[in-house]
Amino acid sequence: MKLITHNMLTSKCLKGVVTGYPLAINATDVKISEVDFNPEFISRIIPKLDWEVLWKAAESIGHSEGLPQTIDPKFEDNEEFLRKAHKVLLEVEVEEGYLTCPESGRQFPISKGIPNMLLTEAEVQ
Amino acid sequence: MSKRPEHQAPPELFYNEDEARKYTQNSRIIEIQGQMTERCIELLVLPEDTPCLLLDIGCGSGLSGTVLEENGHLWIGLDISSAMLDVALERETEGDLILADMGDGVPFKPGCFDGAVSVSALQWLFNADKKSHHPVKRLYKFFSSLYASLSRSARAVFQFYPENENQLELLTSQAMKAGFYGGVVIDYPNSAKAKKFFLVLMTGGSAPLPKALGVDEEDSLQVKYSRREASKGARGKPLKNTRAWLLEKKERRRKQGKETKPDTKYTGRKRSGRF
Ligand SMILES: C[S@@+](CC[C@H](N)C(=O)[O-])C[C@H]1O[C@@H](n2cnc3c(N)ncnc32)[C@H](O)[C@@H]1O
Repeated sequence: MKLITHNMLTSKCLKGVVTGYPLAINATDVKISEVDFNPEFISRIIPKLDWEVLWKAAESIGHSEGLPQTIDPKFEDNEEFLRKAHKVLLEVEVEEGYLTCPESGRQFPISKGIPNMLLTEAEVQ
Repeated sequence: MSKRPEHQAPPELFYNEDEARKYTQNSRIIEIQGQMTERCIELLVLPEDTPCLLLDIGCGSGLSGTVLEENGHLWIGLDISSAMLDVALERETEGDLILADMGDGVPFKPGCFDGAVSVSALQWLFNADKKSHHPVKRLYKFFSSLYASLSRSARAVFQFYPENENQLELLTSQAMKAGFYGGVVIDYPNSAKAKKFFLVLMTGGSAPLPKALGVDEEDSLQVKYSRREASKGARGKPLKNTRAWLLEKKERRRKQGKETKPDTKYTGRKRSGRF
C-alpha cells in the first residue's frame, strides 16, 4: 500500500462508522520501490490530499524525514518539494502490517502490500 | 448449465488461483480486455494529455490496469479475489491494490478520483452469494459511495455483460438514485460478436451521452435509458413511470387491498402509437 492510497482509504463501509478516517498504520515491513517522477501528476494530486494525514502516516512508519509539514503555497514551481512528495506518495510502500479504524478499532491486515478491506456479514451496513 | 461465470460460484471462489492464471495468460482475453479498456478511457473524456488518478473496479489481475498505465494514468484497483490480485502482483502492474467487495461500498474519502473504470465486473453485483446479499441494496451502496469518491465532473464507465433488460433498468435506476446522470451506450448493437455494453455515469450535471460505435446516424436505439434529471423528491424511490416504479406502486395498492391488475411482462411498457 502506497501512502497516496492510505490518504484516500477509509473504513466508512463498516456499519456504525461515520468517516473512518484516517486509518492508523502499523507496519512491520516497508519497502521503497522506484517510480518515475511525474511532476505534473504530483502537482495535480497535492490539492486533493490531506497533507497532515500524509505527514503523520509517513512519520508513523519512519519515513517523514525531510518532508515539509505543510504544503509550499508555490509547490508547482518547487521541484524539490514535488520530489519529496513523490517519494512519500508513490515510492514508500507498506508491505506487511495492519490498518486500524479510528472509530471502531477494527483492524484490517495488510499482506504482500494489499490491505484486506473485506467485511464480515455482520459488519456490512 | 449456464456459461455465465456469475452463475457458477461467488467471484472470490470462481476466480481461484487456477482460473486467475488461465484468465491472465489467455491472449484472446488480454486483447479483448485491452480493447474494452481503451474504449472505457475514451468514454471517460479525461482532460487531454493529463496524467489522472483512476479507480479500477474489479481490477482483477490488472489487464485493464495495464492499459490505464499505457495511457499515462495512475490507478488504484479494487477486487474481491485475492488470487486475481496475486497475479497482478506477479505481473508487477503499477497500480496499488485493495482487496474489497464493491457491493459493500467503495472505501474512499470524497473527491479522490479523476475517473473510474470497470471492465467485465459489474454483472457480478446481480449475484446474491450470501444470505445477507440483496443485489438492489448492494448496487445502491456501491453507486452512492462511488459517486462520493469521484471528483467534480468526473465520470465512471463500466463495460459489463447484462443478462437481460431488467438488469439494465436496475443498474441505471440505482445509479441515478445515487446522483449520477448517464445511461447505457451499446457499441455495434447489430453484431452478435462485437456488441458491447457500456454504462456511462456522469457527475456534475447532465450532458449528452457519447455516441455508440457501429450504428447509423439515424439509428438512435444505441443509447438506452438515457436519463433526464432524477427529481430530488424521488430519492429512495424508483424513477417515476419506470417499470420498477409501476411495480412498486401496484404492490402498494395490493397491500392496501385495492383491486390491482396482475403484473405481466407488458407492465410499464410503452404502448405502441397505433392505439
Ligand atoms: C472478468 S474479470 C475482469 C478483470 C479486469 N478488469 C480485466 O479487465 O481483466 C472480473 C473481476 O471482477 C471481480 N469481482 C467480481 N465481483 C466483485 C465484487 N463484488 N467486488 C470486487 N470485485 C469483484 C472478480 O474477482 C474478477 O477479478
